[in-house]
Amino acid sequence: MGRKVAIVGTGQTKHKARHSDMNIVELINQAVNRCLENAELTINDIDAILIGNMEHFEGINLSDMWASDASGALGRCGMKITTGGSTGTSLSSAAYYYTASGLFDTVLCVGWQKQNEGDTTAGLVSATDPIWERASFAGAFGTFGGAATQYMMETGLTPEDAAKVAVKNKRHGRLNPYAHLHLDISVDDVLRSPMLAYPIRMLDLCPASEGACAMIMTHEDNVKKVTDKPAWISASVCRHDSAFTGDPPFFLDLRTLRSAAKEAYATADIKDPMKDLDIIELYEPVTWAELSFLEALGIGEGGKVGELLAQGVTSIEGSLPVNLSGGVLCTNPIGATAMCRVAEAAIQIRGEGGERQANHKVNTALATGYGGNWWSDLLILKSSL
Amino acid sequence: MKKVGIIAVEQTKFEAARVESGFSDLVFETSGPAVKKAGLTRDDIDQIVTASQDFWDGRTISNFAVSEACGSYLKPESKVAMDAAMAVFYGLARILSGAYKTGLVTTHCKMSQGPQNVIYNAVFDPMYQRQLGLDFVNAHAFQARAYMEKYGVGPEQWAEVTVKNKKNALKNPKAMDGRELTIDDVMNSPMLADPIKELDCMPVSDGSATIIMAEEETAKKLCDKPVWIKGFATYMDNYYFGDRDLAEVGALEKSAKRAYKMAGITDPKKEIDVVELTEFFSYQEPMWAEGLGLCDRGKGGDLIKDNISTQDGSLPINASGGVLAGNPHTVAGMVRVIEACNQLTGDAGEYQKDGAKTAVVQSTTGPCGQSQCVMVLSTD
Repeated sequence: MGRKVAIVGTGQTKHKARHSDMNIVELINQAVNRCLENAELTINDIDAILIGNMEHFEGINLSDMWASDASGALGRCGMKITTGGSTGTSLSSAAYYYTASGLFDTVLCVGWQKQNEGDTTAGLVSATDPIWERASFAGAFGTFGGAATQYMMETGLTPEDAAKVAVKNKRHGRLNPYAHLHLDISVDDVLRSPMLAYPIRMLDLCPASEGACAMIMTHEDNVKKVTDKPAWISASVCRHDSAFTGDPPFFLDLRTLRSAAKEAYATADIKDPMKDLDIIELYEPVTWAELSFLEALGIGEGGKVGELLAQGVTSIEGSLPVNLSGGVLCTNPIGATAMCRVAEAAIQIRGEGGERQANHKVNTALATGYGGNWWSDLLILKSSL
Repeated sequence: MKKVGIIAVEQTKFEAARVESGFSDLVFETSGPAVKKAGLTRDDIDQIVTASQDFWDGRTISNFAVSEACGSYLKPESKVAMDAAMAVFYGLARILSGAYKTGLVTTHCKMSQGPQNVIYNAVFDPMYQRQLGLDFVNAHAFQARAYMEKYGVGPEQWAEVTVKNKKNALKNPKAMDGRELTIDDVMNSPMLADPIKELDCMPVSDGSATIIMAEEETAKKLCDKPVWIKGFATYMDNYYFGDRDLAEVGALEKSAKRAYKMAGITDPKKEIDVVELTEFFSYQEPMWAEGLGLCDRGKGGDLIKDNISTQDGSLPINASGGVLAGNPHTVAGMVRVIEACNQLTGDAGEYQKDGAKTAVVQSTTGPCGQSQCVMVLSTD
């Protein structure tokens, strides 16, 4: 293998519906500066900048060019990687590979989105095939509706079970000063919120946010000089899927995540995810996805995930907290969303979670990214390797 | 650095409008044959890097559409939204990290499907520049003008580049626009944005390209003549035209210096056998050649006159016909890599440079060469 790599700094903007006081490049710059501050480094310590967003959402072509001085890419290697919702984890993995390869010593990755400056659904619809699928593809939540219905039928879980995910994650989100939504809601509030596409209601769905998130990685020989709290990357696995939305079988039994988990668990020596993982940061675009994606990770399979949730196992007080950050249900600046998962996993390992810090010591954390056509990224971070 | 070799390459024939094919069809035309050429099957490909641009494709998450075509489903794929030479770099980094042994890198673009000036106008920031009507051609006209003024070069020299490259393309069966032209033809072609005329500008083109790469042991096992990636560097320059001297090539010079150092090249003029560079416009060939250290600044135009950069010269530049003979955006840099590989493996057909051992590839993304990358390829 190549060099060992650790995350040595994270930084993010406050995520919110609209940053009227900052433009796109200022937003990026704020996350980059906060990340450098957290890592106690300067931009001169960085060798490469990896950046990404979804171009059609704000209508900026080659957005990495405009962002080059804000991101710090000016005068260094600058590279854009974009894979839709999974952009943030694609960038995280790329930063890991670049550092592990020996081509660069210290790499900064930054994901961003400013959804209020464009039309997300208009941008997203163009992801599908213009002849066969676009006319019937009504953005993200239509497909989630079909998938959730199928999942409900197969597992016997109910909208009440899903609503509990929203209640839990919104409660966690209230403890996270960077989270977009700080909502105090009940199961009834979720079940009474407007129906969008059965069974997905407004409070089952992630918001549209503006924000940026950045991380710095460096290699084993350099880590000690930078921090005594590294979050080592133990596994990084990616699985993409087919080109038509109807092709991947069993929408919510996420085969990409199941396959990624198998490889990542073997690499990171995870034998029983319930016991060996301390926290999970899951990319859950809707409540239902948290239930189903946990099953794909081998947690609470056969619908038992509903009981784990009801028993509080996945809450901040529980033995395996899921989405201490509040998750995607609280914060969704798309190009940054998946990176927020990895950053939060690193924050928890570094003990920097403040009010949302897990009650137990976090040595092993799992983060996922989700995007495109039921694609999955999975990273496992550890406090020591 | 450990060695990574390119073991198979494939490109479409480039055409002005492939109306009968979607871009996933184009990707399939090159990815399937490339895997076969490498003596592999889809199962042997550990990872895939694609390069495409949502704006040119008119599709968000433009790698979404090509997953079957390049065989990336249920595999680790990622998309680099820059010129495809940068995707080659990412594929290389993934292999050097030790995580993967092999990789497929593929790219596509159908320029014919969109209005180029609208697509390029969106490169400029929405507050200060976009309303000025900047697009690909007129933005680069500023650079051509700055280069002219500072170094006393001019359109007649650049016309020679077009004449050379279109003529070179006559021997390249994959090129789209090979033809015999005179300096006068170029000089009398319609003015697009002074000093850039129609024949100074890359044509609209559709196509795809794929390479297969592997770490040293695997590459040697699978291939008699792997082409090794010996050096690679990339740097970013300023975005706002007011923030940089457009006549200068700082990012390219830095990239070349670092790539040459990695590859152990001390005298590029002597140690390089062939060059493939990304000349979206005729003026860029001498300008990038200067940045690559192949001649002094302002002297790039002499390379043709002195019979150095010609197809049968001592240091052919774009013997394939280059981008002026028709390669789409994003795909262009990958075609440079492929043409360089063909030269090094002796597969360049009628435009083969005898005994070529070391090739240099240059590619660029962004307005006026903002991001530059340089790659050194070698059979050693």
